Amino acid sequence: MSDTMMRSATISVLVENEAGVLARVIGLFSGRGYNIDSLTVAPVERDLSKSRITVVTTGTEMVIEQIKAQLDRLVPVYKVLDLTMEGPHLARELALIKVIGTGEARQEALRLADAFRARVIDASTESFIFEVTGATDKLDAFLDLMRPLGLAEVSRTGVAAIARGVKTIG
Amino acid sequence: MDGTTTTELMKSGAEALLRALKAQGVEVIFGYPGGAVLPIYDAIFQQNEIRHILVRHEQAAVHAAEGYARSTGKVGVVLVTSGPGATNAVTGLVDALMDSIPLVCLTGQVPTHLIGNDAFQEADTTGITRQATKHNYLVKRSGDLSRVVHEAFHVARTGRPGPVLIDLPKDILINPAPYHEPSAAPHRSYRPRTAPDAQRIAEAVALLKRATRPVVYSGGGVINAGGQASELLREFVRLTGFPCTSTLMGLGAYPASDPQFLGMLGMHGTYESNLAMHGCDVMLNIGARFDDRVTGRLNAFSPNSKKIHADIDPSSINKAVMVDVPIVGDAAEILRALIAAWKADTHAQDRAALAQWWAQIEQWRAKDSLRYTQRRDKGAIIKPQYAIEQLYKATRGRETFITTEVGQHQMWAAQHFKFDQPNHWLTSGGLGTMGYGLPAAMGTQVAHPDALVIDIAGEASILMNIQEMGTLAQYRLPVKIFILNNRYMGMVRQWQELLHGSRYSESYSEALPDFVKLAESFHAVGLRAESVDDLDRVIAEMLAVDRPVIADICVDEKENVFPMIPSGAPHNEMLLGPEHSSNGLAAKSVTDEGMVLV
Repeated sequence: MSDTMMRSATISVLVENEAGVLARVIGLFSGRGYNIDSLTVAPVERDLSKSRITVVTTGTEMVIEQIKAQLDRLVPVYKVLDLTMEGPHLARELALIKVIGTGEARQEALRLADAFRARVIDASTESFIFEVTGATDKLDAFLDLMRPLGLAEVSRTGVAAIARGVKTIG
Repeated sequence: MDGTTTTELMKSGAEALLRALKAQGVEVIFGYPGGAVLPIYDAIFQQNEIRHILVRHEQAAVHAAEGYARSTGKVGVVLVTSGPGATNAVTGLVDALMDSIPLVCLTGQVPTHLIGNDAFQEADTTGITRQATKHNYLVKRSGDLSRVVHEAFHVARTGRPGPVLIDLPKDILINPAPYHEPSAAPHRSYRPRTAPDAQRIAEAVALLKRATRPVVYSGGGVINAGGQASELLREFVRLTGFPCTSTLMGLGAYPASDPQFLGMLGMHGTYESNLAMHGCDVMLNIGARFDDRVTGRLNAFSPNSKKIHADIDPSSINKAVMVDVPIVGDAAEILRALIAAWKADTHAQDRAALAQWWAQIEQWRAKDSLRYTQRRDKGAIIKPQYAIEQLYKATRGRETFITTEVGQHQMWAAQHFKFDQPNHWLTSGGLGTMGYGLPAAMGTQVAHPDALVIDIAGEASILMNIQEMGTLAQYRLPVKIFILNNRYMGMVRQWQELLHGSRYSESYSEALPDFVKLAESFHAVGLRAESVDDLDRVIAEMLAVDRPVIADICVDEKENVFPMIPSGAPHNEMLLGPEHSSNGLAAKSVTDEGMVLV
């Protein structure tokens, strides 16, 4: 691969759930000038002892290899998995989208929401809040459609991702 | 906690802390007291096993601990208070991080209930030092204290070593705390790899056996891997007959007086080592990290070689230079495996090709790229290189540790002082911290009270931690400070001459103190050499005195460090000194791209 060709990588990081661990990961990205396109984190063990961080980043192959190696040497990191390279995986995010409008635009927003399997979770006479789940590009496409129809506010979770099949990160 | 470890309730966290330090084999702490750490100082007062060295500034405590660590291979320990105590330590921590020096730094913190309240002498120490340490901890529960201390030592000394900080709130230090013995269980998430992959070793040996123009490029990792790694490096280099060069950090791992040693490589490395790197067909990098001071322009670095990179830190591999054979592991284990595989491999080495390569190297070596001319007539000004050579000659046969500050004197020391043993050369390589040398010498002298410890300094750098003269006096540490005084921040002046049209902006050392009187005021001996006639006498006097000495050696103000690979240039576009007739003027060969580099 060319050393200037950029690619996107979805990286899962299993970490000790302790104070400051997210700051270590974020500090590593900002300190070394890596991109963060999306970042999510939450505890994943029943006893809350471990958290899973999903980072979506962009860089050359050499930079992405560096990112993985740098993450891997953080003391509270158990495992670093480049889902993009590990074979098929699923990536999803959730968005809450507030659309304000009346008349035809309001009707159109509702029709499109249906096509995207977005759920209406709040409504007033002048607004909807949609909940939509899917891959990043699906959410982007839905937001593009909502923009002329009164898109007012968005809250997105960032990407959560997992490998297909029986393979696990542990 | 597994069932076999013992637990005992100590009457204070400070006592549990000291007990944990003793269990970790700590003999000495470099520190400075303050409100938040008073409980620890009280506990120190009531025991005699751990010695405390009171520095005059917290930065110096960290450099002293680095000197202690680098000269002994043990973990250095620092103790400072909260707020300014911790922030003053940050430069030292980054220095240790860049040079992979194992330290544990204990910082005081305001009591847990005041954290975040902007209390007196509060700073977000773990936040500030997160990128300045290998790892850091804030102890918020007494039950965690001794476990954290044991873990910190483990993290500091294993894998790629580095500084680890433990932030200790005052209430944790005062309240009773359980003491746990170190646990034998491995760390939950941190498990550095030390054993190399056998397949990679086989690939490396296959390349090395077929090499016609090989070079071994050794770095500080060999020294960090312990004395045995240096022994194994020597064995490997002799076994193969290969030429060996070293980074600034690696000096001493392979003996400088050995004919197979090409001298240091990189920006101020020898002609033969840089051209060997440029022209080799197989390069074995062991424990070095392709630093920009070594590689010069990356896309012209050693263009025709297969590269083998052995490093304990996987993130060092393929960071700057893409390599053909990566080997992750401990330098000693890798060298042992390489030697065994080399011996087991039946493929015959091409000795004729190697002889031809050596003939080429000898031609380069004949250029004598470190050459300079010292006039000997009465009153002649001292050349800095000559001062170091005379110092080297005068110290031969004595156990000598050299520390340096940062700048021209550092490069001349690296070039002209010949190190034949590891752990005897201590310099700030990665961070390039002026003010490193005196406190590092102090820490080295504490660890080696009978050895000769010399800080080769510049008159500008030495002033950055000159207050430590007080520490030398208090503990009767007979450190020798050998100042190459050219009345300039010499390396800044050199770059201004070569790159900025000789506009010497702010690089003249105006209003210098009288170093002889300064030494005397700190209860030390002050000496001065103003010309070549004084030099040997001053060196002899300095070495004869069993007290701290400042030797102010007045040297040629205009001397520059050569050879020099200008920033952004490849290895084969090296500038040689004025002794060499074919010297191209540096300014011409520095590209615009090179100008922006440091």
